[in-house]
Amino acid sequence: MVSGACPTCGTLVLVGEAYCEQCGHALGAAGCTACGAQAVGADGYCENCGMLQPSGRDHVEIELEVAAGVSDRGLRHSRNEDAMALTVAGTVVAGVVCDGVSTSPRPEEASQTAADTAAAALAKHLEEGADPETATREAVRLAAEAVVALALPGEDAPACTYVSAVAGGRQVTIGWVGDSRAYWLGSGSELLTGDDATPGTHMLTAWLGADAGHVMPRIRTFTPDGPGVVLLCSDGLWNCYPEPTALAAVALNATPRAAAQRLTRLALEAGGHDNITVLVIPFGQGEQAETTVVFPKEQQ
Amino acid sequence: MTDFTLRVDQNKYLPVGSGDVHAIVTVEASGPIERAAPVQAAEIIIVDASGSMGYDKIAEARKAAQAAIDTLRDGVHFAVIAGTHEAEIVFPDRAVLVPATPQSRHAAKEAVARLVSGGGTSMGRWLRLAADLFSEYQRAYPGAIKHAILLTDGKNEYERAPEFAANLSYCAGKFVCDCRGVGVDWVVAELRQIASTLLGSVMDIRRPEDLEADFRAMTQAAMGKTVADVALRLWTPRAAKLSFVKQVSPALEDLTGRRTEVDELTGDYPTGAWGGESREYHISVRVPAGNVGQEMRAGLVRLVLPESGEVLAKGNILAQWSDDPVQSTRINPRVAHYTGQQELASLIQEGLQARNDGDLDTATARLGKARAIAEKAGNEETAKLLDKVVEVDPATGTARLRRDVDKADEIALDTRSVRTVRMRKDPEA
Repeated sequence: MVSGACPTCGTLVLVGEAYCEQCGHALGAAGCTACGAQAVGADGYCENCGMLQPSGRDHVEIELEVAAGVSDRGLRHSRNEDAMALTVAGTVVAGVVCDGVSTSPRPEEASQTAADTAAAALAKHLEEGADPETATREAVRLAAEAVVALALPGEDAPACTYVSAVAGGRQVTIGWVGDSRAYWLGSGSELLTGDDATPGTHMLTAWLGADAGHVMPRIRTFTPDGPGVVLLCSDGLWNCYPEPTALAAVALNATPRAAAQRLTRLALEAGGHDNITVLVIPFGQGEQAETTVVFPKEQQ
Repeated sequence: MTDFTLRVDQNKYLPVGSGDVHAIVTVEASGPIERAAPVQAAEIIIVDASGSMGYDKIAEARKAAQAAIDTLRDGVHFAVIAGTHEAEIVFPDRAVLVPATPQSRHAAKEAVARLVSGGGTSMGRWLRLAADLFSEYQRAYPGAIKHAILLTDGKNEYERAPEFAANLSYCAGKFVCDCRGVGVDWVVAELRQIASTLLGSVMDIRRPEDLEADFRAMTQAAMGKTVADVALRLWTPRAAKLSFVKQVSPALEDLTGRRTEVDELTGDYPTGAWGGESREYHISVRVPAGNVGQEMRAGLVRLVLPESGEVLAKGNILAQWSDDPVQSTRINPRVAHYTGQQELASLIQEGLQARNDGDLDTATARLGKARAIAEKAGNEETAKLLDKVVEVDPATGTARLRRDVDKADEIALDTRSVRTVRMRKDPEA
């Protein structure tokens, strides 16, 4: 269970939402995500409708003061094989999204390991004063090593994609391997990554994993010419909504968490055919209270 | 104290769009390790004393009742009822149950020895008298085991169907009754109706001289019961529809209509008294279809003492939707086995009915198919009984009804059609 219908008006509501966005019905923290009844037992099943409540990675939300993310199992997969991580190093925000390769064994382990390893590496190197590009290369190298180490003799290698963003100063640095994407949403919204996949298919041409050979991330540094949002996402979102302007229309003018929730909801409403992971990192929004602390230089 | 365990066997995976959930619930009660404190129990022996019991059968029935009396544990309260078109207490000499002692057993056997046959058959009235005796006893000993044995050799002629039904429902829940039919003139459906309502068994006793051993065994089994009035408590989700609740082992018994509502989503099904034994139940629930990956509790099964609400054991019946056909199309072997056992019983009962109605084509088809299932599923006794009614060519599989069938064989086949066998081997073990 990742989401359910509002018991009053039937609109799709997400786990963790306190109120229905459509009618304002109070959903209640302990209410069942499927039927809304305040009757979820200690064993995780609703005592009214029987649905097992989400746990672990089925639906995850992370929220820092400066950025937020949502990762959701979707409606058609039995588990969430996406993973995400957010970290802050001084005035710099870094985020990572990884999508486990479904045809490999234990893809959920691969993605979580890669995201955690990369985020820790980014935080460490950025705090030590490394430039974003060097930090990104190092993060990918360590994440790739960690995923390689998951492989067991006698089985195919666990594998996942990788995309990260380092947002600080006046620049955004993106690194990626595979088909998870980064977008710039603001004035001049655009796709920042190019999929490592055979065009028109989901056949990856690059990934992290023991069978991937030497991994060379693609890296791009980008200087926005105004405030906006860096969006990292797995293909569960961009398969449904590939257009930067469409994404911008939903993600801008909202708190990072609300933006991530709205984008996730869009993908669920479009069928939720894949796992959906969305990281929203506001950038250069000097006027807004939540970013003044992080970007003091931007204010002047 | 008796320990209960409850196990659920099912394939929880459902294909997209489906909501039919089947599960086999196995309940095991381990008997007390030592007989430290025997539980309170009462036993009533009801013997048919109608005219048809004649000289031979009444003589064997006397011996059988005496054997049952000898098998009673000291302190078990008991009585003996002689049944004709009326009901009469043979022992004791007043309308009350008395504790078993060497003296009371002796006196009871003397009274039974004076039993003579004469008059009609009115089983509902016999049972009603037993119910009244048990109710009186129940006031002094709540929670005690209450068990009766009913023996008859004939049809329920002196009681119209509505009176019989009213008497039966008067008795429901007051005691457990095992029924025995001796000879070939009793009606399987009548005893089955009694045993179903009173949560007991039916067996055919072909020869009167076999009664004694059977009564002794039945009384021993009753003395082994340690917990009275256990209920199967079933919760189902609000949007679900309960298809059925059936006991499938040791014998088939549809409990679906026996529900007592506990709350909006929960109902109790009676299972009677338990000793050291194992029983299995087939539960089927229809739930609204969910999305791939979603998991739902389609049923929560609890074994409870309804009086106190104490939960003895519990288990979950689950549903999880999958788009992997390998997962979702697999039928749990235990569900398959008991589905087959239910089909076998229906085929036998329909086949015998058709045979009696003169519809020989239907009878041949049903009984022939039953013979094949019986052999495949390991119902050896049933297969042997079927062989006495139907002949199947081993080469072609073509079935033919036998011309001369012993009435006792037909009764045995009908009576035992509800008895199931357990799976030959447990593939999960």
